[in-house]
Amino acid sequence: MTPEVSNRAGHEAGALEIRHLSKRFDGALALDDVSLSVKRGEVHGLLGSNGSGKSTLIKILAGFHAPQPGASISLYGEPLSLPVTGPQARKYGLAFVHQHLGLIPTLTVTENLYLGKLATADNWNINWDIAHQQARDVFSSFSLSLDPTAEVGSLSAVQQALLAIIRAFVSVQQASADHADRPGVLILDEPTPFLPASGVEQLFDLVRQCTSLGASVIFVSHDIDEVLQITDRATVLRDGQLIDTVVTANTSHSEFVERIIGRQIEPERTQSGASHIGAPRVRIKAAKAAAIGPLDLSIRAGETLGVTGLIGSGFDQLPGLIYGSQSNISGTLELDHNTIDLAWLKPEHALRYGIVYLPADRLGEAGIGSLSVADNMCLPVMQKLKNAFGLQQSQIDRHALKLATEAGVKPLAPQLPLAALSGGNAQKALMAKWLQVEPKLLLLNEPTQGVDVGAREQIWKALANTAKNGAAILVASTDYDQLAQICDRVLIFSRGEIVAELTADELNKKTIAEYCYRSISQTA
Amino acid sequence: MTEYPPPAGSSVSLAMQQYQARIQQLESKLNRFEASLGDRQVSRRDWKNGAERYGLLIAWALLILVLGAFKPAQMFAWNSYAVMLGSNAMIVVLTLALIIPLTTGDFDMSVASVMGLSSMLIAVLNVKLGMAIPGAIVLAVLAGCVVGAINAFFILYFGIHSLIVTLGTGYFINGVILWISNSNTIAGVSMDLIKAVILIKPWPLGIPLGFYYALLLTGIIWYVFQYTSLGRRLLFVGRGREVARLSGVNVNRMRVGAMVSSGAIAAIAGVLYTGMRGTADPSSALAFLLPAFAAAFLGSTTIYPGRFNAPGAFVAVFFLSTGIMGLNFLGVDSFVQNLFYGGGLVIAVSISQLIRGRKPMD
Repeated sequence: MTPEVSNRAGHEAGALEIRHLSKRFDGALALDDVSLSVKRGEVHGLLGSNGSGKSTLIKILAGFHAPQPGASISLYGEPLSLPVTGPQARKYGLAFVHQHLGLIPTLTVTENLYLGKLATADNWNINWDIAHQQARDVFSSFSLSLDPTAEVGSLSAVQQALLAIIRAFVSVQQASADHADRPGVLILDEPTPFLPASGVEQLFDLVRQCTSLGASVIFVSHDIDEVLQITDRATVLRDGQLIDTVVTANTSHSEFVERIIGRQIEPERTQSGASHIGAPRVRIKAAKAAAIGPLDLSIRAGETLGVTGLIGSGFDQLPGLIYGSQSNISGTLELDHNTIDLAWLKPEHALRYGIVYLPADRLGEAGIGSLSVADNMCLPVMQKLKNAFGLQQSQIDRHALKLATEAGVKPLAPQLPLAALSGGNAQKALMAKWLQVEPKLLLLNEPTQGVDVGAREQIWKALANTAKNGAAILVASTDYDQLAQICDRVLIFSRGEIVAELTADELNKKTIAEYCYRSISQTA
Repeated sequence: MTEYPPPAGSSVSLAMQQYQARIQQLESKLNRFEASLGDRQVSRRDWKNGAERYGLLIAWALLILVLGAFKPAQMFAWNSYAVMLGSNAMIVVLTLALIIPLTTGDFDMSVASVMGLSSMLIAVLNVKLGMAIPGAIVLAVLAGCVVGAINAFFILYFGIHSLIVTLGTGYFINGVILWISNSNTIAGVSMDLIKAVILIKPWPLGIPLGFYYALLLTGIIWYVFQYTSLGRRLLFVGRGREVARLSGVNVNRMRVGAMVSSGAIAAIAGVLYTGMRGTADPSSALAFLLPAFAAAFLGSTTIYPGRFNAPGAFVAVFFLSTGIMGLNFLGVDSFVQNLFYGGGLVIAVSISQLIRGRKPMD
C-alpha cells in the first residue's frame, strides 16, 4: 500500500465500507453486527475458521444472501442497495474471484477474459484478431505471457488463477470506466489452496500490481502465512463476530491463530515420537506409473511417512498408485506377509489387504454429497451391519452415530446429507469411515485441506491413535506445517523421484520447504 | 510438579476447582445443546419425509375419489381394479427393469424393445417352432441378458453414454423383431402361458396371476435395494462412480450386472405381455417405454423419495393407470394415454427436482 494513494485528499471514505452487517439463518446468527472498512490500495486479509461467518460475509457481498435490515454497504462512498445486485456492485467497482475461478475450460483465454462482456453486451460483429490483441496487451501490461488463443483447460492451475484475477480487475475497470477514482475492490476467495508455492508467489505479484494501480483486494484465506505475506491489514472473524482488525506487520503468526480459534494451540507435535514405531511393515519396490518412479520405499509399523514436493513432482500420485486406483502401474508392494503385484492391484483388492485411501477431493472422490453421512460412513462395513433380515437403515444410522460421536462430527445427525456438513466435519466423517476398518496401511492425500484449525487437530489426533495401533500411514501433502507436525519421516519428490529424506530435527516447515525448492533448482 | 503442591483447601485451588467444574458443566450443556440441535433438524426432516413418502399414495386415493364422484358405478367396482392390476403387471415389470440401471446411473432406452423381442421370441418359438412354453421363456430371458451384456460392453468398453448406446441397440432390436416375425402378428400362443398369466385369478381378490408375479418381483428388488449391501453399492455407483471405485466397489461389475438384469427383467415383462394377449405383434411393445420411464421417475418421488425404488415404481404404475382407466370411463379418447404418461413423466421429474432443491441433474 502506498501512502500517496490511500491519503489522497477527498478519498478518506475508503474503498469498501461495511456497517452493522448481520445475518441470521434459522435463528442462528451467522454474522453479528460486523463493521469493516477496506482502504484504497490495500490488501485486506479476511480470516476465520469454518463457520466463522467468513463465507456468509462474502456471499452477502456477492448478493447470494440478503443481510438483516439495518446494514449498509458502500463502495467509494456510494451506498449499495441491499440485497446486493451483481450489476450494481460491478458498476461501483466490486469484483469476485472464487476458488473455482469461474473459467470455462473449453473456451479460449480471450473468450474467458471477455466472458462478462460477451454475455451481457450485444455485438454482432466481433473482430477476434482485435480481441486477441487487446487480451495480449492486457497480459503484457501485467508482464505475463499468456497465449490469448489457447484453450483455458490447457493452462496450468496458476495461469488459470492469474487469468481469473486479471479478468476481475479488467471487468471492474470497464464497469467503472467513467469513474477514474474507483479503481475497484477485488475479492479473492481462497484462491491459493490448489496452487503450488511458486504459483502463490506469482499470484501475489499480480495482487501487488493491482493494488499499485489503486485497486483494493480482500484476500480470504485459511493460510496465515499467506496472510502475513501479502496483506496490509487483516480482519479476523469468529462465530459470526468481528474479533479484530489488525495491521499485519504488527501481528505474529500465533497472535493470528489465537484470534482465529480463541485459544492457544500448543505447538507440540501430535505424533508421540519413535516409541511406538516397529519393524518395516510396508515395502514398495520398483513402483512405476506414467509420471513417477521407479520408486523404492518402506514404511514401518506405527510410522507416519510424509511425501511432498512441488506440484507436478508426482508425490501426490503415490497414494493412488499404491491403492491401485490408476492404470499402467508396475512394481510390487509387500505388506506383512503378502506380496502384491501393483499392476493387478485394484481398489477392491486393496481393501481386502487392509489398505485404505482417502483422496483429497472430498465430494468428488472421497464421499457422496447427496447421500447421508451414515451411508457414506458405513460403506466399507455394510456386510457386517447385516442381521437376519438383511441390512437395516436404523442399524446403519446407529453405527454411524457411534462413529461420528467418536470422531467429533458436528452436527451429530448421520441422516443429514454429507454435503450439508462443513469441510472439516465432512473430513472427520470420511476419516472415520476408513479408520473403523483398522487399516494396516492408511493412504492419505491432503487430509486437512480446507479444514479449520480445530478439526485439523482432531484429525491429527485420530491419525496418531491409528499409528499407535501399528498402522503404517502415508500422507501426501503440500502443507509443510502439517507434515512437520504429524510425520516421523518426510520424502521430498522432484520429477517423479525421491530426492531427499528428512527425519528428526529436519522435520520443520522451513526445512521441508527449502528442500522442495532446492529440488527444483537442482534438477532444473 | 510434586515439589509445589497447591496448598489443599486454599482459596486459589478452590477457585480453580470451581472454575473447572463450571467449565465442565458448560461443556456438557453445549454438547447436549448441539445434540438436540441435530435431533431437531432430523425430526423436521422426518416430518417432511413422511409427507413426501406417502404423497403419491394420498394422491392416488384422491384421484380415485374424484373420478369416482363422476363415475361411481365403475370407479368403485372392485372388478375394474382387478382387471387394471392384472393388465398393467407387465408395465410394473418393465419399470422395475428400468430402475436398476437408473440406480447405477445408466439409462436403458432398449427395455421396451427387449420386451417386444422377448414377446415375439416366445410366439415364434412356441407357435412356429413348436417349442414348449418353459423352454421358450428361458430362451427369451437369455436373449434379454445378451442384449444387456451387449449394451454394457459398448457403454463400458468404449465409454459411450448409455443413452446413446441403448437408443441404438433398441432400434436395432426393433429391426430384429420385424425380421424374425416377417413383420406379422403371430397368434395362437399356448394356453398354458395365457392361463399362467391372465386366466387364473386366485381367490379371494380375483386379480390375474400376472399381477402377483409383478408383486413378487417388486418385493425382491425392494429387498435388494433396501436391505442388502449390494443395493447400497448399486446406489453408490450411481451417485458417485469415483467415490464408489475408491471405496473398493467394483463399479464396472455393478454396471454390467445392472444392464444384464435390466435386460432379463425386461424379457420377463415380454413374457407377461405375450401371456396377457396370447399373440405377439412386432411394434406395440415399444409404446411402453415412456410409461415405464414416467413410472420410474414418478416412483422415485415416493416411498423412498429421491431414490429410484421398487415400491415407488409399483405405486406409480398403478397411479398412472388408475388415472387413465378413470378418464376412459369418462369417455375421453385414447389420446388421453399419451397426455397422461407424457405429462406424468415431466411432472414427476419436476417434483423430484423440487425435492432435490432444483439442483441441475447430472
